Amino acid sequence: MKIGIPKEIHQGEKRVATTPEAAAQIMKLGFSVSIESGAGLGANISDEAYKEVGVEVIVDTQALWKQSNIIMKVRAPEHNLELNMDETDLLSSGSFLISFIWPAQNDALMQKLAAKQITVLAMDSVPRMSRAQKLDALSSMANIAGYRAIIEAAQHFGRFFTGQITAAGKIPPAKVLVIGAGVAGLAAIGTAKGMGAIVRSFDTRPEVKEQIESMDAEFLMLDFKEEGGGTGGYAKTMSKEFIDAEMALFAEQAKEVDIIVTTALIPGKPAPKLITADMVTSMKAGSVIVDLAAEQGGNCELTEKDAVVVKQGVTIIGYSNLPSRLANQSSQLYSTNLRHLLTELCPSKDGIINVNMEDEVIRGTTVIKEGKITWPPPPPTLSASPAKPTETPAVTVDHVSVAKHPFKELLPLLIAGLVLFSVGAVAPESFMSHFTVFILACFVGYQVIWNVSPSLHTPLMSVTNAISGIIVIGALVQISAASVIVSSLAGLAILIASINIAGGFLVTRRMLEMFRK
Amino acid sequence: MTHSLVAMSYIVATILFILSLSGLSNQETARKGNYYGMLGMAIAIAATTLSAAVSAYAVLMIALLVGGSIGARAALKVEMTQMPELVAIMHSLVGMAAVLVGYANFMDNTVVIDGVEKTIHELEIYLGILIGAVTFSGSVIAFCKLSERINGKPMLFPGRHWFNLFLLIASFVLAGFFLQQTEHGGGLIPLLIMTFIALVFGVHMVMAIGGADMPVVVSMLNSYSGWAAAATGFMLSNDLLIVTGALVGSSGAILSYIMCRAMNRHFLSVIAGGFGTASGGEAMAIEGEIQPIDAEETAQLLKAAKNIMIIPGYGMAVAQAQHTVNEITKLLREKGKKVRFGIHPVAGRMPGHMNVLLAEAKVPYDIVYEMDEINDDFANVDVSIVIGANDIVNPSALNDPNSPIAGMPVLECWKGETTIVLKRSMASGYAGVGNPLFVLENTRMLFGDANATMQAVLKALKE
Repeated sequence: MKIGIPKEIHQGEKRVATTPEAAAQIMKLGFSVSIESGAGLGANISDEAYKEVGVEVIVDTQALWKQSNIIMKVRAPEHNLELNMDETDLLSSGSFLISFIWPAQNDALMQKLAAKQITVLAMDSVPRMSRAQKLDALSSMANIAGYRAIIEAAQHFGRFFTGQITAAGKIPPAKVLVIGAGVAGLAAIGTAKGMGAIVRSFDTRPEVKEQIESMDAEFLMLDFKEEGGGTGGYAKTMSKEFIDAEMALFAEQAKEVDIIVTTALIPGKPAPKLITADMVTSMKAGSVIVDLAAEQGGNCELTEKDAVVVKQGVTIIGYSNLPSRLANQSSQLYSTNLRHLLTELCPSKDGIINVNMEDEVIRGTTVIKEGKITWPPPPPTLSASPAKPTETPAVTVDHVSVAKHPFKELLPLLIAGLVLFSVGAVAPESFMSHFTVFILACFVGYQVIWNVSPSLHTPLMSVTNAISGIIVIGALVQISAASVIVSSLAGLAILIASINIAGGFLVTRRMLEMFRK
Repeated sequence: MTHSLVAMSYIVATILFILSLSGLSNQETARKGNYYGMLGMAIAIAATTLSAAVSAYAVLMIALLVGGSIGARAALKVEMTQMPELVAIMHSLVGMAAVLVGYANFMDNTVVIDGVEKTIHELEIYLGILIGAVTFSGSVIAFCKLSERINGKPMLFPGRHWFNLFLLIASFVLAGFFLQQTEHGGGLIPLLIMTFIALVFGVHMVMAIGGADMPVVVSMLNSYSGWAAAATGFMLSNDLLIVTGALVGSSGAILSYIMCRAMNRHFLSVIAGGFGTASGGEAMAIEGEIQPIDAEETAQLLKAAKNIMIIPGYGMAVAQAQHTVNEITKLLREKGKKVRFGIHPVAGRMPGHMNVLLAEAKVPYDIVYEMDEINDDFANVDVSIVIGANDIVNPSALNDPNSPIAGMPVLECWKGETTIVLKRSMASGYAGVGNPLFVLENTRMLFGDANATMQAVLKALKE
């Protein structure tokens, strides 16, 4: 099947759905790939780079859309001003579209796409499962957004992040508050921490506390009992009491911190308003707020989408296209996500897409199947944070045999006692003296061997091997017997035992020579 | 030499043997320990040769020289990966020598004794040959299994426990016949039949034991060879043989016990052969997807890591990858990284197998750690590399009570940041147990021959 990569037309969108590296891998799956001329320029990828790996570069936009069975894009289809045509209308019927769609927010678009009788896979609807992680574009983009949020904040923040003591005076470290510790939040925490700031973080889901603390940031506890984890690892809407307590916490923090990064999103709903105008006013002049939820309406009341505004001396950054500001990197990650999706869709590597609705990952990602809207999918059953296997208590087989009958424990001793007694009753004195030696030697062996270091177990075995060649003594004392049979048996035994002696000691020596510090 | 002088030499030899074994307790004194052993052996042989009982010096010297040179040749030529085979075949030699000495003693009628003493003496011969024969045939089978001359999989006959019981009873009954017939100077026939039964028993016992249990088998046969020597000692009323045999016997027994403990298996259930006697339900099914990685990405991960743990298994021995592993270790250590080795007690096919291989490759022994020493440390490890190991890093041993290896202590590498597992393909390990480690989120699979992939990693690291 033919895959087409059109140039992104959204204002300020610099990403491209496929990089040359990914294209080369996709072609190995049996697909042919064409790209619109100049599609990669925003991400610093020239047409030549695509040509080098065998991608066809097409100048005519309409021709590209027309010839392709599969269109792979970053942004959802929108109106193309140059052609004065909707991208949806460019799609040929029966084709496939893979891009971000946001079906919950874009009902009109969904209807329109459905009317075209096509199949649409939404990269924002990939279910959150361990297996689907490698095609989870939301996570890979959020990671970039989190990093970029701190970089943007640093640009507008008039001070150092790290604390310093210099000859010209002391510089206190910046204090950063990250609200929402999802992928973006954690990336922001990591970046801010790396730059030397003091980082605090808040999340309604208590299970992320460990993750926040593992990044050396402080988890702000809310003294309130309510679970914030919804299905699929995302947050859900909280009760009013909880939100009140939460807002009080933010109001208090706003007075203290220099930078706030908000990443709070609830899937399919407008972003919750967490930073009120009052809180912005209470912040120190020169502070910065980065609102990563700007696309969904913003977590801050004063956020303006795709703009940087200064309100009461506080800079509020509302860029909705942060990943696009790291276009090359994000294109690379996004195209890898797409490649993994194609691998899932085309297990036979014959270049034919098979939308297998039995597969939970493909089922979740497919929002329109041949003109029928299949969104929303049935809820996934697996939580994104499965219980760690190590947390389950170890159940050993030993426990079964703990409650032994006392008689059973005593039985071997009893038998041993009886045997010893009966031996003692009939055995002559000469045997008993040998027996004494034997038992004592067993105990000496027991004491000595326990001290042997496990790393020397192999040399121990070969040395005991050599030593058990002592059986040669038994053969030596018999070799001078009158009987030919006896002396030849003894001679053979000497030969065999001496193989053991020489072999055992020499190989032990060879091994021990190797053990060096 | 007078009788007392010989006895005194034996005491000196005994002490030297004890010193030899205790010398092996750590690396610094191990070499000296080995020399004590050699000295003890030399004294014992010299004293016996010079004693009044020996006069056939020509035969004796030829046998000693021929045997000694065969042994020396084998010792100098053997590959370190073949150590388990060498040890197994040497056990069989002790067993065979014990059988031969037993028969020689039985046929030697120069010493005349009567009554209970005679009965005990005959019983000692009987027992000495029995243990010797079991050791011999068992070790030969172990050797064949280890050198892959025969299939390493456990061979289980239906009703094998009954068969074993039958053999045991048969040898008891034969002992009765034997004692009866020796009253009149006979008894060779029951003795020969018993020898045959013991040989069958040895074969049958080792055939039923799987490859992963080989460390137990090898150390158990080590123990048997000791008991065979001790039994010969009783037969000849020779205290030196008794003491040395008992030392070796208890040494092997303790090693078997340590190995069994390391697998959380009962000694008897290992010897009886076969897995799964204790588990009730079905083992957990393993679901998930493996994430492959290539050598170059592995090198990247290693370059980024500070704290690296290498966990070798039998696969490293098979692929002869230890030298490449050492090269990588050296390179990484030069880059200032902390590289350590974690060794599971039953890694490989005999106790301490991995340590010897690493020592051969000149990995310094102070960065090689035992499981108990490093298991708590995995949380600080950035990258663990598992080379050709499976069951010893299987998390289901700890969290799946129905797993066949439940309760066996394992190296908990999954607690580290990333685990890279080198594996030839996606087959389960020797124990035939699936491993959920492979599908964990922080595990990456590096497929291919261990040595070839390690070479590729080394090349990528050097770039």
